[in-house]
Amino acid sequence: MALHKPYIDIPGTTIFDAEQSRKGYWLNQFCFSLMKAENRARFKANERAYLDEWPMTEEQKQAVLARDLNRCIAAGGNIYFLARIGATDGKSFQQMAGSMTGMSEEEYRDMMVAGGRSIEGNRYLGEDGNAQPQHQPQGSGAAKGGRA
Amino acid sequence: MARITASVYTSHVPAIGAALDLGKTGEPYWQKVFAGYEFSKQWMKENKPDVVFLVYNDHATAFSLELIPTFAIGTAAEFQPADEGWGPRPVPVVKGHPQLASHIAQSVIQDDFDLTIVNRMDVDHGLTVPMSLMCGQVDEWPCPVIPFAVNVVQYPVPAGRRCFALGQAIRRAVESYDEPLKVQIWGTGGMSHQLQGSRAGLINREWDNAFLDRLIADPAGLSQMPHIEYVREAGSEGIELVMWLIARGAMADVAGGARPRVAHRFYHVPASNTAVGHLILENA
Repeated sequence: MALHKPYIDIPGTTIFDAEQSRKGYWLNQFCFSLMKAENRARFKANERAYLDEWPMTEEQKQAVLARDLNRCIAAGGNIYFLARIGATDGKSFQQMAGSMTGMSEEEYRDMMVAGGRSIEGNRYLGEDGNAQPQHQPQGSGAAKGGRA
Repeated sequence: MARITASVYTSHVPAIGAALDLGKTGEPYWQKVFAGYEFSKQWMKENKPDVVFLVYNDHATAFSLELIPTFAIGTAAEFQPADEGWGPRPVPVVKGHPQLASHIAQSVIQDDFDLTIVNRMDVDHGLTVPMSLMCGQVDEWPCPVIPFAVNVVQYPVPAGRRCFALGQAIRRAVESYDEPLKVQIWGTGGMSHQLQGSRAGLINREWDNAFLDRLIADPAGLSQMPHIEYVREAGSEGIELVMWLIARGAMADVAGGARPRVAHRFYHVPASNTAVGHLILENA
């Protein structure tokens, strides 16, 4: 029997389940290694060389090099592991989370101060809320006409 | 005999720790968050426990994908603040309570809950931010802490009803400990937040407040809520709220005692990406 996944109909949301975890095992373990200061230094000194020490897919490596967290998550990354990359870059959780929406830092911060993203229209795929696929990317990312 | 005197519930947003550590508490943005804990710090001084049993989740800090314990109890004499990538937080080392922790492990495991016993574990913001919020910036924490880490990172995560039943087993364990210790149990994490994808920044104020209402008045009913509702309504990281049910399950009313007194309640949006919720419930 396949894994029961009642959560696949939530827009803009990837649940880190066993399947994602298998796919992202080495990507996440690479991220975990960045908890050590000496590894952060080695990664920063030569990102590609450090990534090549890990049995990650090329797509995973490219997603890391591009700092594209949506791509990292699609490739099996989990946000708490991926946060180590942001920490290595000196970024906050808010900067990391915001980067996945297409909004600028300022737009995302303003949304949070105004009470956060509304749940309305964002519970199920097929509704019309601002997290739905048909409305991506959001904010100034939309004006740039590409994925953030 | 040891007893549980109170339970405390709070979000454990890492940016709160950063705001404290970087001296930003006076900024208007953060003042609104910290104002909700002024009462709590005073309450903590006036109701100093002998031990805090602190339920939190490890955020891929002590546990990588190599080992994923559903419930892990820290039985060591001390636990170091972790380096989560920004360097360790400048907070005191956490002193454990190995005797009580081992007693609880024995009692709860023999009461049918499969805990993982951990003697070496760095503790991340999930544990240290609640300590800072409740105790302030101090040279040493006011009492020993038993860290209790719950997996809410990789699915499957434990159900609310199991967390609630586990809390009841923890209360029985505490009450069968000979020394007359005052123990507080804290449930941390939440409230609504999502840190990933196009739905990042989700906040559900109405749902959060209904959760607080039910946690106070109808915890057994609340414990039946399925995972999918947490995720859909409170965001993918809102699932952390199942941990609050462990603390709530340890309160006296669940075992037929008097209803707890609501000593404090606070809710604020936002701290970084997250809705901050906070409750203090006292046993009679």
